[in-house]
Amino acid sequence: MTTIDQDDQGGSGSGSERTYRVELLSRVEGEGRFWLRLDADGQVEDARLAIFEAPRFFEALLRGRSLHEVPDIVARICGICPVAYQMSATRALERALGLDPPTPGLRALRRLLYCGEWIESHALHIFMLHAPDFLGYASAVEMAADHRPLVERGLRLKKAGNALVEVLGGRAIHPVSPRVGGFSRTPTVAELRALRPTLAAALEEADEVVDWAATLPMPALEIDYVFVALASDGYPLEFGDELAISGRGRIAVDDFLDHFEESHVAHSNALHARLKDGTPYLVGPLARLSHAAASLHPRALAALERVGLALPVRNPYRSIVVRAIELVHAFAAALDVIDGYDAQLEPAFVEPPRGRSPAGVGIGCTEAPRGICWHRYRIDEDGLIADARIIPPTSQNQARIEADLVDLAPQLVLLEHEAATRRCEQLIRSYDPCISCATHFLRLEIERP
Amino acid sequence: MAVARASRPRLGVFKLASCDGCQLTLLDLEDEFLALTGAVEIVHFPEASSTMAPHGPFDLTLVEGSVSTPAQLEELQAIRAASRVLVTIGACATAGGVQALRNFADHEEYIRAVYARPDYIDSLATATPVAEHVSVDFELRGCPISKAQLIEVISAYLVGRRPDIPDESVCMECKRAGRVCVVVARGQPCLGPVTHAGCGSLCPRFARGCFGCFGPKERANTAPLAEQLRAGGADRPQIVRAFRLLTGWAPEFRAESERHDDD
Repeated sequence: MTTIDQDDQGGSGSGSERTYRVELLSRVEGEGRFWLRLDADGQVEDARLAIFEAPRFFEALLRGRSLHEVPDIVARICGICPVAYQMSATRALERALGLDPPTPGLRALRRLLYCGEWIESHALHIFMLHAPDFLGYASAVEMAADHRPLVERGLRLKKAGNALVEVLGGRAIHPVSPRVGGFSRTPTVAELRALRPTLAAALEEADEVVDWAATLPMPALEIDYVFVALASDGYPLEFGDELAISGRGRIAVDDFLDHFEESHVAHSNALHARLKDGTPYLVGPLARLSHAAASLHPRALAALERVGLALPVRNPYRSIVVRAIELVHAFAAALDVIDGYDAQLEPAFVEPPRGRSPAGVGIGCTEAPRGICWHRYRIDEDGLIADARIIPPTSQNQARIEADLVDLAPQLVLLEHEAATRRCEQLIRSYDPCISCATHFLRLEIERP
Repeated sequence: MAVARASRPRLGVFKLASCDGCQLTLLDLEDEFLALTGAVEIVHFPEASSTMAPHGPFDLTLVEGSVSTPAQLEELQAIRAASRVLVTIGACATAGGVQALRNFADHEEYIRAVYARPDYIDSLATATPVAEHVSVDFELRGCPISKAQLIEVISAYLVGRRPDIPDESVCMECKRAGRVCVVVARGQPCLGPVTHAGCGSLCPRFARGCFGCFGPKERANTAPLAEQLRAGGADRPQIVRAFRLLTGWAPEFRAESERHDDD
């Protein structure tokens, strides 16, 4: 399990084949490797992101479980973004049960919970996983020796996000309150108000994070992405019934499978998703900003304008700046929910109507920190899951990551071998790949001999 | 600096089949993280650092996840050989985790259900706890583990004592916290009487019954609880599902679910 294999194809000088390879990607969630092979003329022969994370078969183990168990089960797909799975699943199941749309109060609480997850996930990625690439360290621990205030700031912001999830959901990882129909328990006004000083201070800090991220040295790379994001009445997050696709307008979330398809390739335990015509696409912060910058919270919009980021952002490395802008958005949006919260306003849990069969199909899509997370469930007469299909963000980005490596290749031949390998890894990391998420998904159409 | 580093205990963090949440708990120790990295030398923790030394040696190794592929079994044996103290963290490593539900099912059918090309998948028929394969010095329960218990385990091994993790039920924690019993007051099913403590009786605090994240406590008396669930209106499949979720492969829960499984 070596970290980097030096070029074993005959050196790194010009006129010979080159292979850049990392056997175990670090500072990502889950287990993957990549390789990029160029021929003697510098042409790409092969570019692969291989996900070897062990499959866990979630869609199979969901079958026969009660629909009410689904939020607890799908949370376990990912320890970093459990809320994303809970929110997409509850939306899908509530649509199947006729409990949709959620009341404004329920939507607001879900947005608040989701803001907490965006904050902890983005702060983790910006400071602990991605920043070491820009500043030349192997880890945040090493970075802390020279930049301790920076790492402390990252931990502080991450903690503020976790505190939100803990108040609403009981714990930062695998929260227990989200149910089909709402929350098992909603916070008191006092509990939420108590978070206000921490979040308000964190918002000021997040503004400074945007300014800092904008000064980081950015490797040059511009890619003509097809961006896909949830289309909503605000900045895409917990709610939306349509998807926006660059140059192709909008489609209904329900029609996802008419426009996208997944395929199973030999080198990966995650399915590759592409548009039906074969085009790879990108989901996540760059896609959301590209489609919905105007819907950012005014605080985040001001930060965007202050650093003069040109839209759309086509440089994947610059996602660190976009995550920082979304950090501002999440803190500001969370404060708005807290300031408007009145626990007496309306019930935050709705029972499925009695006497109505639960049988049906429901589709739900929300914006995980890494991009759209699409779920479809079929429920039988007894309220059990008959089949499930989950398309997580990282499996959607997989084909795009490989295409990015191809686009990066011409620059690599000008770099030392190790620097070139690091550059590839930095590019992959800029997607914040969540490999443990990407792995467990399966298509239900079974190919039989 | 080099001298100080050489004197610190060497920590390794590994994952098998899992969601990454338990190792994330290390990074979620926001207030203690930099103190921890001063007290131990993190020599292998791929989620956090590009500097890796998978062959150790390690003074303390934390392993997350269950054994679910042939490669993981090999890797685990190498990890054990390189580790002085090996602690498993979380429901996957200690009880198989939610993916151990496959152990009750037809594995070939599972792979076919999930992947279009089953021939590309290399997977064992079962997902099993680490202790079924190598000796384990301590098992830290939870889905996810508790931050406070993780600190206790690391601190204990740093000074060479056994971790002080009480083996009592969620029910005991819940009573001591003075919570309203969800079974008595609301008639909700709750695994609190048979589940290992450690979560702070979180689910009753959030107005729902315990669903067994920490697995069975020692000498868990599951049969009367199953009877109580039945008396509360649960049918046999519901009782099976109650015991068979995140820690369903733990022996006590497995045996109880099998008693009610008609298949």
